[in-house]
Amino acid sequence: MSADPALIWAYLSEGPLLWLAATLAAYAAGDWISRAARRQGWANPVLIAVLLLGLLLLGTGTPYATYFEGAQFVHFMLGPATVCLALPMYDNLPRMRAAALPILAGLVAGSAVAVVSALAIARGLGIEGPVLAALAPKSTTAPVAIGIAERLGGQPTLTAVLVLTTGILGAIIVTPLFDALGLRDWRARGLAVGTAAHGIGTARAFQVNPTAGAFAGIGMGLNAILTAFIAPLALRLFG
Amino acid sequence: MVHALVTILTFQLAGEVLSRGLGLPVPGPVVGLVLLVGAMRLRPALAEWLRPVAQGVLGHLSLFFVPAGVGIIGHLPLLREHGVALLAAILGSTVLALVAGALAFTLVARLTGQEER
Repeated sequence: MSADPALIWAYLSEGPLLWLAATLAAYAAGDWISRAARRQGWANPVLIAVLLLGLLLLGTGTPYATYFEGAQFVHFMLGPATVCLALPMYDNLPRMRAAALPILAGLVAGSAVAVVSALAIARGLGIEGPVLAALAPKSTTAPVAIGIAERLGGQPTLTAVLVLTTGILGAIIVTPLFDALGLRDWRARGLAVGTAAHGIGTARAFQVNPTAGAFAGIGMGLNAILTAFIAPLALRLFG
Repeated sequence: MVHALVTILTFQLAGEVLSRGLGLPVPGPVVGLVLLVGAMRLRPALAEWLRPVAQGVLGHLSLFFVPAGVGIIGHLPLLREHGVALLAAILGSTVLALVAGALAFTLVARLTGQEER
């Protein structure tokens, strides 16, 4: 005699196994679609995975808290992944030393403008309080942005959505923008996109030019540290 | 692999303790990142030893971001109300930050003679 499918669903939907597996499967599907679309900016694997899982949760009436019990094992890896960013930074130390001053200038300008102008525009359009706290670190890499937002009283899930949007928009506009401005230094272009649009911008830079990619990685890594200092200050200004 | 993971988690733990203990504005894992870069400079063998596992983890950096991203389903009312304003803030600030960052880099590179040849 076979068991009642409803009972099996009731059992699985409450445990961590189903939602852990679903998270990995959705990401695998997103990655496959992204590859099929030749890694174009709009076909972002995270965006696709989030859409698939969001529709699944809404369709099955599963609360986010139940989903997160399974997905928390994946979420936890954000911390160790941040620590692992030490490796590309260590690898790039000689290049960073060779262009230390321009890197510092580009980093400080890009990082400060990203935080302050985002808060100014949002504030001007009537956004307040914890939403501003979630917006402030949106140019840094996801695990760091979530850590910063949590400290400032912003919601991690909203921060994740804003970070993802920033990365995708940055990756789409960077090449046409710099071409139109006639900026041809690949180091400047890379550093700027890594600073303004973190890992997704860095991935885009590597597709366009290897030097741009390396400097984007430098910008992303250093901005993760700098935004932790700038975001609380800027938020006090607008909060 | 287990030893590499223990090392990575230990640096994260040390970063967390330092960050909380000293009341730093920087999240614990970022402090761990800085400590690990310092340790790699002191002992370059550490970088080579961690490389396979670290590259494996970084190769799937965007996967770890999915669970928090799914949290968007809890923010649909907020996005209906403020979605356009948030999009304007993100788009505007990203364009401005890209231009500011690239111009500052180019200008200082020119001033210090570190121009691209």
